[in-house]
Amino acid sequence: MNTALSTRPPEDDRRPGELTFRELLRWIWRQITSMRTALILLLLLALAAIPGSVIPQQGVDSLKTSNWQDDHPKLTPIYERLGLFSVYDSAWFSAIYILLMISLVGCIVPRTLHYWRGLRARPPKAPRNLTRLPDHAAYTTPEPPEAVLERARSTLRRRRYRMEADGDAISAERGYLREAGNLVFHLSVVVVLVGFAMGGLFGYKGGVILLVGDDYGFSNTPDQYDEFNPGSLFSADRMEPFSFSIDDFSVDWLTTGRRAGMARGFASHLDYQETLDGPEQSYDLRVNHPLSIGSTDVFLIGHGYAPVITIRDGDGDIVKSGPTIFLPTSQSFQSIGVVAAPDAEPTQVGLEGEFYPTVAFSQQTGSYYSLLGKPLDPMVSMLVYTGDLGMDDGVPQSVYSLDKSRTTMLTKKDGTPYRIDLREGETVKLPDGLGTVSFERLERWNKIQISQTPGKWIALAGVVLALVGLLGSLFIRPRRVWVRARRDGDGTLVEVAALDRSGGGDVAAVVDELVEALQREDQS
Amino acid sequence: MTDAAWESLSNQAVAAAGLLYFLALLAHLIEWASLRKMPVASGSSARASVDVPGGVAVATGPDGADDVAGEQRARRTAMFGRLGYLVTWLAVAVHLVGLVGRGMAADPNRVPWGNMYEFTLAGTFVVAALYVALYRRLRLAWMAPIVLAFVLSVLMVAVIWLYSPVAPLTEALDSYWLVIHVVSAIVATGAFTLGGITSALYLVKARSLAKHGPRQSGYVARLPQPEALDRVSYRLHAFGFPVWTFAVLITGPIWAHQAWSSYWNWDPKEVWAFITWVVYAAYLHARTTAGWKGRNAAILALVGVATLWFNFIGINYFSSTSQHSYAGSAPAIHVAPER
Ligand code: HEM
Repeated sequence: MNTALSTRPPEDDRRPGELTFRELLRWIWRQITSMRTALILLLLLALAAIPGSVIPQQGVDSLKTSNWQDDHPKLTPIYERLGLFSVYDSAWFSAIYILLMISLVGCIVPRTLHYWRGLRARPPKAPRNLTRLPDHAAYTTPEPPEAVLERARSTLRRRRYRMEADGDAISAERGYLREAGNLVFHLSVVVVLVGFAMGGLFGYKGGVILLVGDDYGFSNTPDQYDEFNPGSLFSADRMEPFSFSIDDFSVDWLTTGRRAGMARGFASHLDYQETLDGPEQSYDLRVNHPLSIGSTDVFLIGHGYAPVITIRDGDGDIVKSGPTIFLPTSQSFQSIGVVAAPDAEPTQVGLEGEFYPTVAFSQQTGSYYSLLGKPLDPMVSMLVYTGDLGMDDGVPQSVYSLDKSRTTMLTKKDGTPYRIDLREGETVKLPDGLGTVSFERLERWNKIQISQTPGKWIALAGVVLALVGLLGSLFIRPRRVWVRARRDGDGTLVEVAALDRSGGGDVAAVVDELVEALQREDQS
Repeated sequence: MTDAAWESLSNQAVAAAGLLYFLALLAHLIEWASLRKMPVASGSSARASVDVPGGVAVATGPDGADDVAGEQRARRTAMFGRLGYLVTWLAVAVHLVGLVGRGMAADPNRVPWGNMYEFTLAGTFVVAALYVALYRRLRLAWMAPIVLAFVLSVLMVAVIWLYSPVAPLTEALDSYWLVIHVVSAIVATGAFTLGGITSALYLVKARSLAKHGPRQSGYVARLPQPEALDRVSYRLHAFGFPVWTFAVLITGPIWAHQAWSSYWNWDPKEVWAFITWVVYAAYLHARTTAGWKGRNAAILALVGVATLWFNFIGINYFSSTSQHSYAGSAPAIHVAPER
């Protein structure tokens, strides 16, 4: 069905054993650019994408990935070698889509040339025997052939066929734009890939947890980020020199209904400057409403609490103060965090525990939990560790967990853990002259994600173009129609035949409809 | 009307739609059962067997003999066919009421697809609505019992296992891109599902033709010829594919960019949407490739539908990395920062 659209040059009749090097190359090229290869590469691409949805991916969720790696020590090195933790930048995945693109380009370039040359071609001559075509019809009429052909011409013209008179027959063709649509579609696939690659290579994505308040600020340089994932050709020179602080953050807590306790309507009130000496502007950053500064986008993607905890050591000196970021672990914002005071005397003090925005006690589990995310009755509950917190030896460690290997946990006389439970404004005195801990007040933080994705407009334009091309390719039906009328006894024998070159159309219906049109006007 | 009233209206409408689908199915089953007693239209050509709107290929006796009993039976058969079609229409209308009621019951009002139950409700609605809408154009009479059985069973699964009360949307889902994205995803899913059914029947018909030649019997005998089934399947897929492209490669990324800061995250849901897209592109290619058209293309269409449903059902339940959180209760916004 499709041979008519194939642009492959006709097979030369090569004798066996006469494959020169050039011919070999040509043969390889022909294999690569064949439709069948494209089909198989497409299926391979689909298959190759699967592992990345099953195995956690470094670039998607690195925490989950490292947890998985810890749980599977045997598989991890094997998977690592196979690139299974970053499938979508692995050599084998890239190989498939690069081959596909080569195949695609090798396929569309000659087709485009061919299409260009064929653009002004006339419809092909009518086959001698129209009734040989699979879809045809014939009838006789007393009218003279010229009248029938004239009517056929006007009917076909109305249907926007390109026509060619051909003795006692008319050849007509339409739907040239289908091939154009198809070419546009395939070309756009390349455009999308270029745009996508630009984002991956030159862009970056980073995240920062920023406390709410004018005292805290962020300026856009790599060292200010908590996590920073640049593309391999990223250069920090292209980062925009903006800065901002979060003036205020508001949340609506649903207090009634089935999702009572759920938070909605997050809004982060940003004060920002686009450049160092630019004017101060403000923006309400909300979910689904990012702020665009130049080519950089700033998003609000999370929030949480930061209790301000002060530790005074045995000498009465303040060895730790200020807000501590606690990470939420549940819907109701039960959060975990640590407070470390490596400079405390007589010994270092570390606190690790949980924060509850609205604390409640469960008789069932015998422990505290958070009833609501809204801070109606905030409390921290922490265990106390003394000894060497391991913070002096320069090994970087997470600020959300303590290295407890060289510490001892404070216990009560009966051996149970010594736990400090503090509500806002409270202070407790630690035993053994270790000092005091106070929960002064509560602050909040926002997780801000910042990304620069060059090429995103190219990618978007590419897909939109692809869609337009696709619509043309799928819905324009290239068709050839022939009508032949010749004397037959004392009447005229009219033969109609049609060919659909897309393989999707209902050609028989086209023939029927045309015959009906010819006959209807017959009677009028 | 209060939200609670809307919600119970919705529940009742869904139940009523289920009942109507059942009655429509019954009507078609009677139609097909009484067709068994009649000879298959001679030749059962592609067009003859699917021509009659509201009815299936009916021949009045071996040589057009007009014995009275045969004619009566033919009339009764055609009547049940039309009845089934009309009741399906009604069911679709009531189904729509159920869907709208869901949206009106939420406070604030919203589009009715925030969780699995609602998504399934909307998906089955689209399958049924596309079927009635394309019934004449693509001559789908032969599909009636299968589509109705499918819609009815999925609807039952939704009501029994997936039901969840109306609740407000989480913040990330509250976007007009959600509306556009999900509408197109559901519409494409409906079209692909119908296309998958057609391709499956293509395989059945082709196999039976290869085995029994023209001497087939029962339902399969009255199915259109494989070429006609292939063409219907192609047209459904040709409709679904651009819509799917729009859903997963245009509106999906735009929404993802707004909500999660990058337009393509290789999130499992996205990966599978991409896989589905690639498989259907392969299907379209296969239809024009020698050695692949026909059987292999039909199998690819079924693989496509399998990836589609797996994405909808499997990923929601089995993958915890997905940020697409229709299943279960979603965190308000992505709370735990990844490090
Ligand atoms: C990224 C890879 C590709 C994608 C996503 C893709 C997608 C498509 C789609 C959706 C169609 C429309 C089918 C139709 O009109 O019925 C199509 C048609 C076509 N593709 Fe591709 N294609 C790809 C690569 C290729 C390659 C490498 C070739 C070269 C051999 C190729 C050759 C064709 C041809 C000749 C048609 C026309 C079929 C027809 O007229 O029905 N494609 N392609």
